[in-house]
Amino acid sequence: MSVQIAPARRSVNGPSALYAGNARSVMLRGWRATASTNWLVMVSGFFEPIFYLLSMGIGLGALVGNVEGPGGTEIPYAAFIAPALLAVAAMNGAVYDSTWNVFFKIKFSKIYEGMLATSLGPFDIALGEISLALIRGAMYAFGFMVVMQVLGLNLSWWALLAFPAVLLIASGFASFGMAVTSYMKTFQHMDWINFILMPMFMFSATFFPLSVYPPDVQFVIQALPLWHGVELVRGLTTGAVEMGMLWHVLYFAVMSLVGIVFTTRRLRALFLD
Amino acid sequence: MPEPVIEARNLVKKYKDFAAVDDISFDVAPGESFGLLGPNGAGKSTTMRMVGAVSSRTAGSLSILGLDPDEYGPEIRSQLGVVPQADNLDEELRARENLLVYGRYFGLPRRLVAQRADELMAFAQLDDKVKAKVDDLSGGMKRRLTIARALINDPRILLLDEPTTGLDPQARHVLWDRLFRLKEQGTTLVLTTHYMDEAEQLCDRIVVVDEGRIMAEGSPSQLIRQYSSREVLEVRFGSQNNEVVARELEGIGDRNEVLPDRILIYASNGEEALGAVTERGHTPITSLVRRSSLEDVFLRLTGRSLIE
Amino acid sequence: MTATEMRPDAAHALIAARAPRRWGAWYVAEHRFRGMKAYTQTVIATGIGSPLMYLFAMGVGLASLVDANVEQNGLAVSYLVFVAPALLAMAAFEAAAEEFSYPIMLGFKWNPIFTGMGASPVTPGQIIDGQVIAVTVRIAVTSGLYYLFMLLFGAVPGEFGWVSLGSAVLTGLAFGTLLMAYVATLENDSGQIAMVMRFLVLPLTLFSGTVFPLTQLPWFLQWIGWLSPLWHGTELGRVVSYGHPEPAWLSIVHVAYLLLLTVVGWMLARRVAARRLNR
Repeated sequence: MSVQIAPARRSVNGPSALYAGNARSVMLRGWRATASTNWLVMVSGFFEPIFYLLSMGIGLGALVGNVEGPGGTEIPYAAFIAPALLAVAAMNGAVYDSTWNVFFKIKFSKIYEGMLATSLGPFDIALGEISLALIRGAMYAFGFMVVMQVLGLNLSWWALLAFPAVLLIASGFASFGMAVTSYMKTFQHMDWINFILMPMFMFSATFFPLSVYPPDVQFVIQALPLWHGVELVRGLTTGAVEMGMLWHVLYFAVMSLVGIVFTTRRLRALFLD
Repeated sequence: MPEPVIEARNLVKKYKDFAAVDDISFDVAPGESFGLLGPNGAGKSTTMRMVGAVSSRTAGSLSILGLDPDEYGPEIRSQLGVVPQADNLDEELRARENLLVYGRYFGLPRRLVAQRADELMAFAQLDDKVKAKVDDLSGGMKRRLTIARALINDPRILLLDEPTTGLDPQARHVLWDRLFRLKEQGTTLVLTTHYMDEAEQLCDRIVVVDEGRIMAEGSPSQLIRQYSSREVLEVRFGSQNNEVVARELEGIGDRNEVLPDRILIYASNGEEALGAVTERGHTPITSLVRRSSLEDVFLRLTGRSLIE
Repeated sequence: MTATEMRPDAAHALIAARAPRRWGAWYVAEHRFRGMKAYTQTVIATGIGSPLMYLFAMGVGLASLVDANVEQNGLAVSYLVFVAPALLAMAAFEAAAEEFSYPIMLGFKWNPIFTGMGASPVTPGQIIDGQVIAVTVRIAVTSGLYYLFMLLFGAVPGEFGWVSLGSAVLTGLAFGTLLMAYVATLENDSGQIAMVMRFLVLPLTLFSGTVFPLTQLPWFLQWIGWLSPLWHGTELGRVVSYGHPEPAWLSIVHVAYLLLLTVVGWMLARRVAARRLNR
């Protein structure tokens, strides 16, 4: 990947070298810690979007009937919200791991300080943590897609591409989330993350189309990441694929990159300078 | 003779089959400073909780200020100040706020509580920490704040469960000084500890407990006189040799005790005993003559050290 | 023992404990309020933000998709009017779940202030009562704010709509006191509370006849609603808010069921606390 962003000049100062090519050990530690303490809690996160899908898609769907899908065709309400919930699942998995978990590690358990005292560099940590969040997001997404398939909500073979798309979305949220978290100081700050995530979840064309808003509001929502994720995944699972969707891909690619660069810099500033 | 403020007779506390407190009897007179000395798990804390009217007894009788805790819990607790083993200050509140909310639990008027809180913050030498978050206080400060909180109701009896465990020496001395002042003011103190220096400093009377039973009772000096000699000679011959040499030293002093790393010789005059040791042709690697302490009493009674 | 033969210090103790015996629960509530101050901002922000968000999302956004009015027992109302009492009850339900879970674990275990209170004249039962008092006020504030926004959105046609505030608070307590009793039994939290949130609180919010009528669920799942305090509270809210037609006996069952759960949960919590603090 973007190993080159670690400028060779920096490695001269020994301990502040950015990358030791060992992000894997950071991930391993994270997995062990999760596996030993609360794997049940982690696995349970998989059920959350399914509950939403069953309630909103099936229960409420009966009241709603068919809605207009991305290509202009009529699709069942459940098929409309399922891809959105898939994108949300990826977001939630990635954000939880990269925000709360990282916050605890920075603030309380001082794990990073210990890691940075070894040969590991901040880029190892950033990459390791983000990959960990990614794997978790991927697990949720995979399970959810199986459920969608069983319920007949994948309307096209393009749906197979939804899986890598979801990984991209997760990596965007994970790297950006970790960057933001590195600036957080108190629990109150962490509450803000929820204040941003909840409305984004409700309003990013997840449960109803953007057309209910006035144009200005639509513009704001289109600037936020989740909308891009929802549109991308929805296009794929319903089979309404078009070239314009590449913009969504680009959005998340940039988001991932910016996130990881900022995270690496912040970790260096926090622990090494 | 004033009536005792605490009267325990054949007190028993069982958890399933395990007897944490096994037939303990003692009295505490008003104004007295009374200590329960023993190792971890001896039943000290359980006894304290029963006296504090937060743990009901399995058998025996207990009377605090003439009242039965099973029936008059709130009444008894209204007259107690309690410093628990682990601090349980409210970390979400600030230092002085902790005293304010606690004072209210005794039904005291707000103004009185506020006035006492100021006095007690000064008493606990925390004047400059009034607005500090509890989380930001050091271990010693937290303990002093807990003691201040325990005093907010002007208690008849102050119960302290291992008040200085985990504190550094300086913090302990500050705390002892505060407790000594309370003692001088006539507050009845009941404290548990596994530090003999603490017990000797603060207690008029001590019971030594082990495995839920009372092993001995008396003032620190009485106990030392009764169960130990005036002085102790500690000699080391290297951990391999202690056992062998000890046999050859028998008869010097009143009694010997062989520990893994040294030999203790109990004698009224330590220097003389040391002379006798060298006379027998043994030169210790190190030797030390000291006054006898409660540690020696405990060792004599149980064959074990207090802090394991 | 009579006062005349009682020793003076005992008589003094008897007088000193009078106020705590009577008012102890209120002192505990006072303490909890002081603790809540730390997150007043969050309470207010969510108290205003979440009704705005949900009422807009449901009443404006989703309503654009729900083609016809929602009809139950022969009365058809707009989706906004249908869903508003449910949202109100849900808000109370969630606030209760929050306040009766981690803060209770905190008080018993992580920062054992309940143990500290227990050493004062206050009794374990009063500690529980104090929590109930404080949280009731907190839920009432949240629900009150919610109700104001419901009025603003024109979601309450009936003149007795304000009664739904009471049913919302009762919904919160019915579930919350039981949750508190459960949390009080936990010696250690190795994820149990998170599991309750995921597998009880969330499904109950979604399947208790809230965002769609319970009758939309397959018959073999409808028992979820009958057991769920949220369904009873929501239906009650609908009756007072827009005259949802249901037999009077059913409304009585709603009230009785919610009261029963509240009392059972409350009493259980008191027992658990008494056992836990007196060991």
